Amino acid sequence: MSDSAFAIVFFAIVGGALRVSTPFMFVALGECLTEKSGRVNLGLEGTLVLGAMTAYAVSYHSGYPWLGVFAAGLSGAVLGAMHGYICKLPKVNDIAVGIAMMLFGTGIAFFFGKAYIQPSAPRLESFSLGAWTGNQQIATALQINPLLLVGIAVAILMAWAFANTKWGLIVRMAGDSAPAATAMGVSVDLVRFLSTTFGGFLAGVGGAFLSLFYPGSWNQGLSSGQGLMAVALVIFARWSPVRCIIAALLFGAAGAIGPALQSVGITQGYYFFNAAPYILTLLIMIASAGSKRAMRDVPGELSITK
Amino acid sequence: MAEIANHLGTPPAATRMNDLSIRVRRSAEYVAIPLFALAVSAVLFSLFLLALGKSPSEFFQLVIRGGFGTAFSLQNTLQRSAPLILTALAVAVPARIGLVIIGGEGALVMGGFAAAALAIPMVVGHWPPLLTWFIMAVTAALVGGIWIGIVGYLRHARGVNETISSLLMTYIGIAIMNFFVEGALRDLSNPNKPSTMPLGDAYMLGKMPGTDVHWGLAVGVILAIILQILLTRTTFGFAVRVAGGNARAALAQGLPVGKLIVICCMIAGACAGLAGFFEVAAIQGRANASLVAGYGFTGILVAFLARHNPIAIIPVAIMFGGIVASGGLIQRRMDLPDATVLVLQGLTFVVLLTSETLYGRFKIFQPPTTDDRT
Amino acid sequence: MIGSLNLNRRRFLQGTAAAAVAGTAGIRLAQAADVTIGIVYVGPRDDYGWNQAHAVAAKALKGVSGVKVVEEENVPETDACAKTMESMINLDGAKIVLGTSFGYYSPFMVDMAKKYSAVQLRHAAPLWTPKDPKNLGSYFGYLNQAHYVDGVAAGLSTKSNKLGFVAAKPIASVLSNINSFMLGAKSSNPSATVQVIFTGDWSMPVREAEATNALVDAGCDVITCHVDGPKVVIETAEKRGAKTCGHNASQAPLAPKGFITGAEYKWITIYKSYADDLAGGKALPNMVSGGYEADMVANSPFGAGCTPEGKKAAEAAIAGLKAKKPIYTAGLKDNKGKVVMDKTYDNLDPYLDQMNYLLEGVVGSIT
Repeated sequence: MSDSAFAIVFFAIVGGALRVSTPFMFVALGECLTEKSGRVNLGLEGTLVLGAMTAYAVSYHSGYPWLGVFAAGLSGAVLGAMHGYICKLPKVNDIAVGIAMMLFGTGIAFFFGKAYIQPSAPRLESFSLGAWTGNQQIATALQINPLLLVGIAVAILMAWAFANTKWGLIVRMAGDSAPAATAMGVSVDLVRFLSTTFGGFLAGVGGAFLSLFYPGSWNQGLSSGQGLMAVALVIFARWSPVRCIIAALLFGAAGAIGPALQSVGITQGYYFFNAAPYILTLLIMIASAGSKRAMRDVPGELSITK
Repeated sequence: MAEIANHLGTPPAATRMNDLSIRVRRSAEYVAIPLFALAVSAVLFSLFLLALGKSPSEFFQLVIRGGFGTAFSLQNTLQRSAPLILTALAVAVPARIGLVIIGGEGALVMGGFAAAALAIPMVVGHWPPLLTWFIMAVTAALVGGIWIGIVGYLRHARGVNETISSLLMTYIGIAIMNFFVEGALRDLSNPNKPSTMPLGDAYMLGKMPGTDVHWGLAVGVILAIILQILLTRTTFGFAVRVAGGNARAALAQGLPVGKLIVICCMIAGACAGLAGFFEVAAIQGRANASLVAGYGFTGILVAFLARHNPIAIIPVAIMFGGIVASGGLIQRRMDLPDATVLVLQGLTFVVLLTSETLYGRFKIFQPPTTDDRT
Repeated sequence: MIGSLNLNRRRFLQGTAAAAVAGTAGIRLAQAADVTIGIVYVGPRDDYGWNQAHAVAAKALKGVSGVKVVEEENVPETDACAKTMESMINLDGAKIVLGTSFGYYSPFMVDMAKKYSAVQLRHAAPLWTPKDPKNLGSYFGYLNQAHYVDGVAAGLSTKSNKLGFVAAKPIASVLSNINSFMLGAKSSNPSATVQVIFTGDWSMPVREAEATNALVDAGCDVITCHVDGPKVVIETAEKRGAKTCGHNASQAPLAPKGFITGAEYKWITIYKSYADDLAGGKALPNMVSGGYEADMVANSPFGAGCTPEGKKAAEAAIAGLKAKKPIYTAGLKDNKGKVVMDKTYDNLDPYLDQMNYLLEGVVGSIT
């Protein structure tokens, strides 16, 4: 690979991480909160899709993309609240309800989204972190959207809150041991309901990024499994909000490898380059797992890891 | 249940009677509550249709007609349910030992692909079809079994979470198949749909006699029964239940938990791999991207709805097939977009899963209390 | 075997002026009245791409009196499509079934044709051969001709001489579009090259956007594509300041600054001819296919991104294609150096339907 080709690939990967990671980030953060409280919501793929559609539709009608972002969050919160309410009933399995909610959310989004496939809605603006360098390549690679920064801020805030606040402690307790939380007078059901609802809100915002920024369009194939993957990334990030951010960035960067290599003429075996995010994640998991540390981080009440 | 009866101090003869009545009541509960849930979701969907200005009564007629009403509809439903039984088994068996595997799709694709690839020299060499099918089926089951077996091994040996690893491996499996199907193993006479070489009519697995449904349905049903027996009536099944209940306790008891996990995963992968075999040998006649049809993912929902009970998977898969089969007719006759069917599915399954909370709430389904008997 | 098959089809196609052939064995419908036509789509009918192009044109059929159209969308290329067609035949009484996705043909539509000999089935890809059942047939527009015109205009509208192509899968019709685009560009600008990125799937919006960005980063200043919905590619390129050529339908409104022109199907020509045949009580032909010469493809109106010279050259290219000027000439090599055009091929020659290579001038690999 020549120097310039190397530079192209390098900047494409950095740029890819910044462009592609945000939806993974928001969904993973939402799921992280939900799982910390002891519940699993596998349906965030549906939430992501519904959020994307809602954001696009609201931005189109109102002309304000940020109103679309907020509406996307609300639609996600509604789905999250539904999930939270249903799973609070005894004997109901949260994993299964999540999968059914994924169908439901996707169905609603596709149904009402038909009218918005063609129109062009106002999108979110971006700014460049690299404009000061005066280098075109760097400036484009470092084009970012405020939502990326919001996501990072939410992650840091969440990490701080889990460690240092009463609310954080309550959520963690509900997730680690329901009997202990109940003994302390905490309503486990309420904590989980709220966590799932807010988790849905975050996932909905992630959807808004997809339709209003990157790729910045609404259609039925928009997500193609990103929500499901993001939920899985939470396990990879071992339930730490900050590690969720790192995982999302890593995953986004790996996703840019395939197109970037093809653009500099390395084209053989592009299926494997395109699968790089999955291969890399698996390899890292195999390399890093098996430690006692991994087990320590698991919320004790989680149905998916029991 | 007999224990409960003994505890209450009933004589043995009465125990048997009560045992039967309890069973009947319990079974009635397992029929009545889902039916009730289906009715509720039908009402909810009717409201949705009314809001769209469509006729609910037309909808119900079409569901019956499109899914179950004619001999054709019924076979359409059964054919669509065939792969789902197998992929649902791929979720249910590991679930019994406490694993949530969502990568049946990958095992299906890898199994089907391996079978199609291995079939090429056999077809070229004019091997007898029966032998070819047998080798293909064994290959598909083996490859699928190893595929999910790796997931189980990683879980036990390295603590890698099986849910995420099975999902990741699905994407990797699809990439492997695409790489070969569009590269080394591509049949160049089929320029617009990259595929392996076709098996040809002589090597296509036919329909079951007198029906229009392929053999995958029969194999799925038989496997479901075998697995039900294996899981409930054998020492192996007992060990799986113990390990699934509490792995630490099982280890303390000296149970080979790791081995059990890997075996369960291999059984699961074999089921999904067989689904891939039937897709190749009975439907597509070759391996191509159409193997990635989402059966593996739908199977997850079927398994959870059936509460990981192999026998219960059969009716749930058939119901699922029926909804999809009639969904087409609803789209066409009522001029509704495809997403309507997705809404119907989502709604139905959310309501069905919510209804699980009703189990044990109705007195009529419960074992009679002492008061009732006197 | 393939050779003889090609020969048959070549002779078959040569005998046609407008490339619209009435099959000898096509069953004559007793009367136009009371015919139900089933149409099966692989994706949503309003995808702003392939399916929508069909659905919009198929409205021509709905206008014929006595014709009832039933449609089902999002039908995957598995036995589900066979079952859907069977359901249309058995439950809706469909006498004509149109399948609009490549993967429906074999084995599914072939099997359906054998099973229901009284039903006419037509499939939107150039796959039917006289050896297939007589109640089956194909219809297809050779979009590569319009991509050739795109290339001609793009070759004179680029500054970097590097053109980018975002493609879904390396199948024959996609490869033909890429190769034709490159040949068009080379014809107007000999130093132009085409860089291709395969996304590996028909609808992968995020990867399509990434591919577009990667191409622009690599210096391409004109981007075109062959994916199900080109909206993402066109809009991403426009945002990056690159020029664009469209695909499937007109994307001109999406790129007010950089749109050059685009390749569009004119399915309406075909569906209209079907409608006329039905109204007139005539049998449907087994094979309807063609390009510019048969008015089955078109180019989108030229946009702001097209230079005046580009427009002039493109219009001349269109006139040439209407007069059947061949695109693939003798001696062309693939990008590994092997001669793949032993002679000059007619634009509709079945040999070209078998394309499995990228020509010299295209940077990329099909595996």
